[in-house]
Amino acid sequence: TSTSETSCCVSGTVAIVTSDGRMIVGTLKGFDQTINLILDESHERVFSSSQGVEQVVLGLYIVRGDNVAVIGEIDEDTDSSLDLGNIRAEPLNSIVH
Amino acid sequence: MCPLCGWDVLVSYLICGTLHSVDQYLNIKLTDISVTDPEKYPHMLSVKNCFIRGSVVRYVQLPADEVDTQLLQDAARKEALQQKQ
Repeated sequence: TSTSETSCCVSGTVAIVTSDGRMIVGTLKGFDQTINLILDESHERVFSSSQGVEQVVLGLYIVRGDNVAVIGEIDEDTDSSLDLGNIRAEPLNSIVH
Repeated sequence: MCPLCGWDVLVSYLICGTLHSVDQYLNIKLTDISVTDPEKYPHMLSVKNCFIRGSVVRYVQLPADEVDTQLLQDAARKEALQQKQ
């Protein structure tokens, strides 16, 4: 059985989408088989349809694997060119099973 | 599952990308991703590759012409028979 796992992302900046529709950006320090994650220097990006993206500083976090939906590898160049203050979007919905 | 790697798939009608790998939990790794509606979902604009936890995936759409469904059915039947024994 092959493991796709997050072999690429460790020690890189990642964007986590949680099952309740939040987006957390941080440095992936570690993970395990159940996708429990350790995120350092993390912040939540709060999207709103009425104002720009709000970044809430969180710090060092452990996220339980049950709550992880997507782990995205952030391309630093693209991310730094984003104008977060001008992005308007509805918050994501929770995962419905 | 590896025969399907390299094909473009659409996950849960939201994320499209090239299937890089799959594991025993049906966790999916996609490269070169795009979102079906980037205006509604700008959340992943700076993400090119992603890992999707198998437990949250409802559907994976495969390119219909590229997949030999007969072959898949036969292989699945064989697998099910082996599991029973």
